[in-house]
Amino acid sequence: MKEVIIGIPIQWYIYLSVILFCIGVMGVLFRRNAIIIFMCVELMLNAVNLLMVAFSRYFGDTGAQVFVFFVMVVAAAEVAVGLAILMMIYRNTKSTDIDTLNKLKW
Amino acid sequence: MQLSQYLFFFLSFLAVLSALMVIIDKNPVHSVLYLIVTFFAITGHYFILNAQFLAIVNIIVYTGAIMVLFLYVIMMLNLNKEIEPHKKNIPKVAAVISAGVFMLFLIALLKGAETNMLTAARNSNIGLMDNLGKVLFKEYMLPFEISSVLFLSAMVGAVFLSKKEIH
Repeated sequence: MKEVIIGIPIQWYIYLSVILFCIGVMGVLFRRNAIIIFMCVELMLNAVNLLMVAFSRYFGDTGAQVFVFFVMVVAAAEVAVGLAILMMIYRNTKSTDIDTLNKLKW
Repeated sequence: MQLSQYLFFFLSFLAVLSALMVIIDKNPVHSVLYLIVTFFAITGHYFILNAQFLAIVNIIVYTGAIMVLFLYVIMMLNLNKEIEPHKKNIPKVAAVISAGVFMLFLIALLKGAETNMLTAARNSNIGLMDNLGKVLFKEYMLPFEISSVLFLSAMVGAVFLSKKEIH
């Protein structure tokens, strides 16, 4: 497994992560379904995780991979609570459209 | 071109294409399935980077648990048809332009990054399970234990939020 990484400069991983992160940002701005927006947040988290794993591999540092593990832990907890909140919103408004939730908009 | 470069381009193409399909497709169930494809491509990248523990955790946690949770909620709310009303075109164009400008900004920012010393990987087996487990249970013992408290509170919160109120 040692020589698999050799032909790939870290610049490529930086660009891939930037592209995936910006697709996530575009989805958050683009869509109005709250579940899709939530999925785009997960996509952004994964882009950052990929960049962190790439840097940890090229630096030879273990701490970043442990940190990615904790990011996954927090993401799992966040998804559980967030989907419960979405269920609550759907029960009260009968839709997951974010434009119906404009009570706090000034 | 080496084999690893072909593999990188194939996985990157798959990840970017299915990530685009996530935000383009109108049907939420299809979006979830495309997002699963993206996560599998990212898992392939973890295997290239020799981070085998995180690759397995990514499959189990993200594509196994989180995406099934999304799919379950979508099917329970019966959202598997297109109910999203058509938006006016101006916010869509504004979203695409602002995300594109953000991407150009980030790429321009990271273009001149000094990464010459990072071309050679020194210690290739840091992502293996025994190395990572030693670090996790020695240096990061306290955060590991605290995360269990976080999970407990998330579980209590999710049950409490989704419970029907009885009056």
